[in-house]
This record gives sequence, C-alpha cells and structure tokens, in this order.
Amino acid sequence: MSNDISLSKAPAEAAAGEPAGETLLEVSGLTKYFPVMGGFPIKRQVGSVQAVDGIDLAVHAGESFGLVGESGCGKSTTGRLITRLLEPTSGSISYRGQDISHANRKQLAPVRSEIQMIFQDPYSSLNPRQTVGTIIGGPMEINGINPPGGRDKRVRELLETVGLNPEHFNRFPHEFSGGQRQRIGVARALALEPKLIVADEPVSALDVSIQAQVVNLLQKVQRELGIAFLFIAHDLAIVRHFSERVAVMYLGKIVEVGDRDSIYQRPRHPYTHALLSAVPEVELEGEERERERIRLAGDVPSPINPPSGCRFRTRCWKAQDKCAAEEPPLIQLGGSEDGHLTACHFPEEPTIAARGEDIVMDPALAALEDIADRPV
Amino acid sequence: MTTMTKPEEDAVPAAPEAFLSVRDLYVRFSTEDGIVKAVDGLSFDLERGKTLGIVGESGSGKSVTNLTVLGLHNPRTTEVAGEIVLDGQELTGASNRTLERLRGDKMAMIFQDSLTALSPYYTVGRQIAEPYVKHRGVSKREGRARAIEMLEKVGIPQPKLRVDDYPHQFSGGMRQRAMIAMALVCNPDLLIADEPTTALDVTVQAQILDLLKDLQQEFGSAIILITHDLGVVSNVADDLLVMYAGKAVERGSVRELIHEPQHPYTWGLLGSMPRLMSDVTEPLTPIPGAPPSLLSPPPGCAFHPRCGFTDLVGGGRCSAERPVLPDGRGSACHLTDEQKRSVFIETIQPRLG
Repeated sequence: MSNDISLSKAPAEAAAGEPAGETLLEVSGLTKYFPVMGGFPIKRQVGSVQAVDGIDLAVHAGESFGLVGESGCGKSTTGRLITRLLEPTSGSISYRGQDISHANRKQLAPVRSEIQMIFQDPYSSLNPRQTVGTIIGGPMEINGINPPGGRDKRVRELLETVGLNPEHFNRFPHEFSGGQRQRIGVARALALEPKLIVADEPVSALDVSIQAQVVNLLQKVQRELGIAFLFIAHDLAIVRHFSERVAVMYLGKIVEVGDRDSIYQRPRHPYTHALLSAVPEVELEGEERERERIRLAGDVPSPINPPSGCRFRTRCWKAQDKCAAEEPPLIQLGGSEDGHLTACHFPEEPTIAARGEDIVMDPALAALEDIADRPV
Repeated sequence: MTTMTKPEEDAVPAAPEAFLSVRDLYVRFSTEDGIVKAVDGLSFDLERGKTLGIVGESGSGKSVTNLTVLGLHNPRTTEVAGEIVLDGQELTGASNRTLERLRGDKMAMIFQDSLTALSPYYTVGRQIAEPYVKHRGVSKREGRARAIEMLEKVGIPQPKLRVDDYPHQFSGGMRQRAMIAMALVCNPDLLIADEPTTALDVTVQAQILDLLKDLQQEFGSAIILITHDLGVVSNVADDLLVMYAGKAVERGSVRELIHEPQHPYTWGLLGSMPRLMSDVTEPLTPIPGAPPSLLSPPPGCAFHPRCGFTDLVGGGRCSAERPVLPDGRGSACHLTDEQKRSVFIETIQPRLG
C-alpha cells in the first residue's frame, strides 16, 4: 500500500467556494434523552438516559473540531445527532443556517450528502456482500450523481485518493485488512464531496502502526479538500494532533472548549486536568518534566441519574455546596484565552505542571501510598 | 484473618538467577489453512519483584506466549516446544495436575475483558475466594473473609456488602479491580496482566495502573504486563520486550528502549503515536503496510517488507537471513550498532519532537 496520496482536486479549487471561517454547523441546547423502559406486565418509561444534555457548539468551514471524553459522555450520540441518524429531544442543529433538528427525510436529503460520517468499526460498517466499487459508488447512485467520465471512474479516483489500488474495485471487504477497510470507509465518505465529515472514533479499532496511516490520510483529506471535521475520539493525544479546537465532554455536557493549545497547556476545568494527567505518556530523552498527578476515585456516574448541579462534583476534589446546588455555566473565565470557555465554579490554575502534592482521590491508592510513604 | 505479607520471602534477598525463564519457545497452532507460527523462538527472563512489559500489535504472539506459560492453550491443536522454567520447575510438558496446583496460587492472570472473564453465575466474593479455598484448604467462611479483605485492598467501597454482588452489578473499573483481587488472593509470585486496562477509560486506567504498581510493592510479585500501548508500559514496567510476528525484536530497560531504541519497528511504533507534547504540525510517521500473516511469515527478518532501512544493510541479507536477538540489551536487526545509533539520532529523533 502506498502512502503517497494523490488528490483528485486541487486544494485551491476546493476551498474557493467557501469564505474561510463561515459557520457551517451550529448546535445550541442540543439534548437527547433515551427512554428507559421497565415495569411488569405493561412496560412503561421509568426514566431516561440523559446522553446529551444541552450542548452548544459551532463548527466552521474547513476546520477540524475535536470532541473528547470518556465512554458514556455522549460524544458519539452528539455525532449521530448532527448527522441526524438520531432525532434530538430538544435543541437545535442548524447547517448553513438551515434548521435540520427535526427535518424529515425529504428535507434532509440534500443536507445528508454534505454531512458524511466515518464509523469506528471498519468490519461492521461495510456491507460484506457488496464489492468495494458498489460501496463507494452507492452514495452517488442514491443521490443520482453522474460525474463526468462515469461513476466507476470517480470511484477509481477515490480509491487512489485514499491510497488504495484502483484495481481493487471489484474486491469484497473481507479481502482487505482493517486499515484498508477504514480507507474504504473514508473513500465512501468522500464520494459526495461533503463539506463536513463526522468521524466517530475512526482509528480506535486499528493497530498502532495502522492508526498513524489513517490519521495522516484524514489530515491530508481535511487540509487539501478543505473539509470540516468533527473528530470524535477518546484518545487525547490523537484529538490534539488532529483538531484545532477541542471540546471536552463529561456526562452529556461540554465542560470545557477552546483552542487546542489552550485546552492542553492551560486547562481550567478540574476534569480536563484529571484527564490530561491520566494519559500514559512516553517521555523521550530530554523531555522528562514533572506533570501533575491526579487520580480520581471510581468511574463515571450513570447518566440515568446524573449528579445535580455540576456533574463532575462527585469525583472532584474542589467540590463545595455551591457545586451541588448550582450548575456552572459554560463561560469565558478571566485569565483564559478568547474562545476558551469553562463550566466550573472553582476553576484550576491554567497550568499542567506538577503541584506540591499529588491529588489522589482513590481510597485504595491513597491507603497504599500512605503505607509506602510512612517512614520505616 | 491471614496476614498479607510473606516474611520468609522478605528475608531472603532476590535470587540472582531468573525467577521465570523462557527459552526458545515455539508455539504452533494447526488450523484449516495451515500451521500458524504464533510464537517463534522466544526467550526472556524475569526476576522476582520486577515488571516486564511486552509490547506488540495484535497477532504478534504476546498473548499466546503468556497463555502458554499458564498452560491455558488447547493441547490438541497446539504444539509447544522450548523451555518454560518457573522457580526451578519446568512447565512445558508438565501435567495438568501440576499446572492446576500452580495456577491461581503461584501464578495468576488478569484478563482484558473483565465481563467475560468473570462468571455471571457466581457472586464476586465467591469467585475471589475460590482459588484461596482450593489452594490453602481453608473453609468457605475464611475464604469469604479473605475476599472481603482483598476487595478492600483494591478499593471497592463497602466491601462487606459488595462481596455478595454479581459481576454485572459492578462497573467496568470495579470489575477490573475485582479481577486484580482474584489474581492476588493467594499472593502469587508471578502475575500476568494481559491488556488489563485496554477496555477502560483513561482516568480509570490511571487508577488501575497505579494500583497494580502499589500492590506489587506490597506483594512483591513479578508482573508481566502485555499491552500495545508504549505509554502504559513506559510508566509501569522495568524492562521491555518488543514483539513482532511471534519473535522478540528488541529488549532492554524502559529507559534504554525509549531513549535509544534500536530496532526499526520500535522506531515505527514511537513515530506512529501522537503524544501530548509532540509537535502538531509534524505529520505522524506511520509504518507502511500491514503486519504479516503468521501462516507464511516473510523469510529472513519478518519486518523487512515494512522496513525503510534494508538498503543500509544491503546484499539482500534482510530477506535471507534471520537476525538474532542477543541476550540482555539489544535488538534483532542486521544494522550495525553504529548505524542504529546514527539513524536514530539523525532521522528518527527529530521527527518525534
């Protein structure tokens, strides 16, 4: 497989139609509750999973926006709401000024070709009975697009774009490795020349050495075709590498959003601090530096019954009564850069350097470390 | 209640010879498509109280090696050759009875997926107590007390109540803690952790890794930590072994391996991972191609089809001759030591920035 990717479109031509920075996608107060059914003999709704609970975000044309968080934080649901694979409970999604939050199939059809999705699992997201040519040509067929030179020619071009051999046109997905399948998924997403691609954990199912290939491919596509990306992942380092702006989610809410450097170097929200300090990092020679060490206790609480007020308060070391009573708004704090918003009553210092004392919330860890520290 | 420490071992200084020694291990599976050479001539040593990290991609043979150490492979389809010596006892070809006596007592394992590794039918407490009752011959009541003690050690809140819960009532992180409790219940000398944190969230992963590290200090077990994430092992392990296509390609202490990696595959692994400190304008340097099929691994050095430095060796040596991994620090590569050093410093290191 070659890593040299030739793109069928000149970058200038692709970006020309769009003035830079136009707001492509705007989401406000987006909420999705999934009903929880229970009871016997008649099932009725006994509660709801508050998967996404009132988030606001905006994605500009050509930019790459990262959404990061732990499992169950609602990042994938957000992606599926934006592509309108799910219908929001409330709130609005507008794409280029058009409200699509409750649009029907017919109204969505033109928008759908402009918002495409790349899925996590390259094994289950490709139809095993279709050839690669049919899979990649499918979106064009459905939308009745006949590119000059025919669909087959365009499919071959796309295969070349994503670094696959165009002669593999008639092969089936099972003949490809995981990384190659993900490339097929990328080619399918590119088939309709979308303006926005929602990539939901596009590399987390791949081996480390293959991940980098796919990340580089996505980056090339993003830059050279001027496509905006909503990049959803749990791996903080990959999100940092790929996205210019990053939002951190926790239990259905965005707790912090801002420019890449601002979030990763000068985070304000305690959860962002904890998340960054938990990333296992390889430290190369000359890079050893003291990072802060924060170890939270327990797991993320259930989104069926989220904590009142600030949702992070049950695991936070700074929580006070105010945190339980009042939900912190997502605002610009003094000392943060423009556009760096944080939802916290008691924000942290904007640094990730080591503190005087580690924060260890986990009782077992604290007990063991206490024994180890005790002078013999 | 029993005491947690083993005073007789604390008194004896660590024996200089390896506690676990694997020599020229070959593991082959017969499948319909042919013979899979899952492990192909692997040797390593592990001292008491040390942690060995084994790094490799899927299909590199890292899990199979450790299942073989525990004797958990299917004897009908698996052919094992070589030596596995645990504390002076030969394990290859040992009877099932012998292995049964060792498993859960002297050696234990933590699996990746705690939901499938724990039985849904028994309470967590009963599963933790089982090896203790079996190997120590204590009563069920004592076993239960021990289970509660262990649950408390690994940080399960309200252990007296949670001991009677079933695995599905635990969250992912708590289940992994319960598995650690189960593995440590008999104070094993050898603990094998196969991707213990891969299924967990990053904040929980950090808790579990620190817990393993702290518990190791208390219990003095030797740990083999299997993972695909260099970041995880570099924070936890003392020594590292990098595996590729069933063979060890590089070995050394964590410091040596991260600061002066010698094998092109290790360079590739380091270059493919974005890090929190790396330069975002610099594209990643992936390893081209895909891992080979173990049905017919490439001749010579298994990495040569993906390696960018075969020209430096020249003469087609890479595709003809299999490089040998020296004992101790070293790498299985035909490049000379001088070449390895200069290539790393001149081409690889600047790109990692």
